[in-house]
Amino acid sequence: MKIRLDQVVKTFDTFRAVRGVSLDIESGQLVALLGPSGSGKTTILRMVAGLEYADGGHIYFGDQDATDIPVRDRGVGFVFQHYALFPHMTVGENIAFGMKVSKTRRSKPEIAARVQELLRLVRLEGLGDRFPAQISGGQRQRVALARALAVDPKVLLLDEPFGALDANVRRDLRRWLREIHDELGITTLFVTHDQEEALDLADRVVILDQGRIVQEGTPAEVCREPNSAFVMRFLGDANRLSANVRGGQAFVGETAIEAEASSDGPAEIYLRPGDIEWQPAGEGLAASVVRVLDRPGSRRVLATVEGGAALEFDVPPETDVRAGQEGRLTIKRARLYPA
Amino acid sequence: MAQSRRKPPRVGDGPIIRRVLIGTTLFFGAILVLAPLIVIAVEAFSQGLKAYAATIAHPDTRHAILMTVATALIAVPVNTAFGLAAAWAITKFDFWGRRALLVVIEIPFSISPIVAGVAYLFVYGLQGLFGPMLEAADVKILFALPGIVLASMFVTAPFVARELIPLMQAQGRDLEEAATSLGASGWRTFFSVTLPNVKWALLYGIVLCNARVMGEFGAVSVVSGNIRGQTNTLPLHIELLYHDYQAAGAFASASILATLAVFTIIAKVALERRGAGRRPALAAAAKDQNAGTSP
Repeated sequence: MKIRLDQVVKTFDTFRAVRGVSLDIESGQLVALLGPSGSGKTTILRMVAGLEYADGGHIYFGDQDATDIPVRDRGVGFVFQHYALFPHMTVGENIAFGMKVSKTRRSKPEIAARVQELLRLVRLEGLGDRFPAQISGGQRQRVALARALAVDPKVLLLDEPFGALDANVRRDLRRWLREIHDELGITTLFVTHDQEEALDLADRVVILDQGRIVQEGTPAEVCREPNSAFVMRFLGDANRLSANVRGGQAFVGETAIEAEASSDGPAEIYLRPGDIEWQPAGEGLAASVVRVLDRPGSRRVLATVEGGAALEFDVPPETDVRAGQEGRLTIKRARLYPA
Repeated sequence: MAQSRRKPPRVGDGPIIRRVLIGTTLFFGAILVLAPLIVIAVEAFSQGLKAYAATIAHPDTRHAILMTVATALIAVPVNTAFGLAAAWAITKFDFWGRRALLVVIEIPFSISPIVAGVAYLFVYGLQGLFGPMLEAADVKILFALPGIVLASMFVTAPFVARELIPLMQAQGRDLEEAATSLGASGWRTFFSVTLPNVKWALLYGIVLCNARVMGEFGAVSVVSGNIRGQTNTLPLHIELLYHDYQAAGAFASASILATLAVFTIIAKVALERRGAGRRPALAAAAKDQNAGTSP
């Protein structure tokens, strides 16, 4: 089911949570709403679900205007951030709940068979008689997903699906959710504040800030072509240098930096840690090492350059570099935004 | 821990303090609580089982018991419904005056019941606000069952709501939203999701409410008029018997009330156990589910 948001607005008391968001989600896609807290991403998700009503604009499911359809009849599966499993029901009863209350009547054996099928899908066979309090966080998450899928939703909505899990479980579940999505082909929209999660999982990433979409595209597009300093900073570690553009060439101090520069004047240069190369001597930006942090696959160097700006970059693990050392930095890639 | 036989005393855990505190508690518990209960039992049967049975069988006593039960049968369900509605409204909705409503619900807790009784006299009495109107319509509220029920309801209004509000506040709206998103109607959500999760607190509130309705003296004594065999509830009847120097009768009637109270306490403890048996699991689950929200 294709979802279309047209100039959707939501205001809480005096706070504008969502300011005119328009978005097309193609049928069968997995889309991430990514943004810092307060960016309106959860509010958008709740409006698509019908848990919150839009103050303005329209939400279409396919060709149908779903803006005023109550959540009960909207046919969405919603996975809550804290799962909201019914604590007094077993895992099996939780999954069966939607089928039991549904307007389309199902026989008891039919429901039981479907519960077993869903338990198998989320790899929880044999846990149907446990209570939510008796299973782990990751298992609860999967029960919540099975419960949402039980009602054959047209759209699957997940609010911070992995927020409450530890890092390893989170990565496993992420890959697994992708497999389930590819298997079922259901249009899925999920909210996250974790860039890695969004880039890992989604076909398309929608980046939000202060109730507005600032950029949307495939993970490759938003990573390679961040259209603003905000997106650049938000997607990952980024170093910022103040620069001056003169005659189409950017200068940090007196050193020229290779970057696409448009108009002359003050600008900001953003560099990923991997965009910087370290040499003990030679050409480039003079830098002095402040600290070296060791990581499993590399060494992270904190340094200051001429003018006092702080930079972070990575060097291969075998590199010999120490605090206090002086050297030169060459910039492989840089993005320039007008200051 | 295992190798040290002598447990190091915790701060304030000296043997003298211990003995003095436990001794004091037991002493006051015995003379303040236990002794009167024993006296009731002994005095009630002081003139033999026959006299006890005769007192209970007396039409006035039977009528008083009937009045008390009738009052409870009306006041408790009404206050339960009120408590549920109030707790639901306060915890699940945002509306103007929500805090004021919380305070209003608490008022009967802090007001002396006799004030409530006098207030009802003023509102419904012959010289009161609606008195003449009610008189004209031939509706009897004061010095009749309706007045007694109203006064009892006023006194016990907060009992159910106060038990439910903290629990429902802690549970939030997620469960109801989940049920609705799965296609459940409002009633279905209430009966299959909300109610099962608050049932122990609700029963606990009902038990406390019932105990208070049956035992209420102050407010009821003002509005009932103390008409023997007509508007006397059990507590009022006991007082009348006592003033008539029928000590044995008074104690016999009191023993009924005391038995009701003991059953209430047993029910309360049982409910707390059930609640306690489930609550840690639920609380742990809630904690787990909430843990790591903001990594």
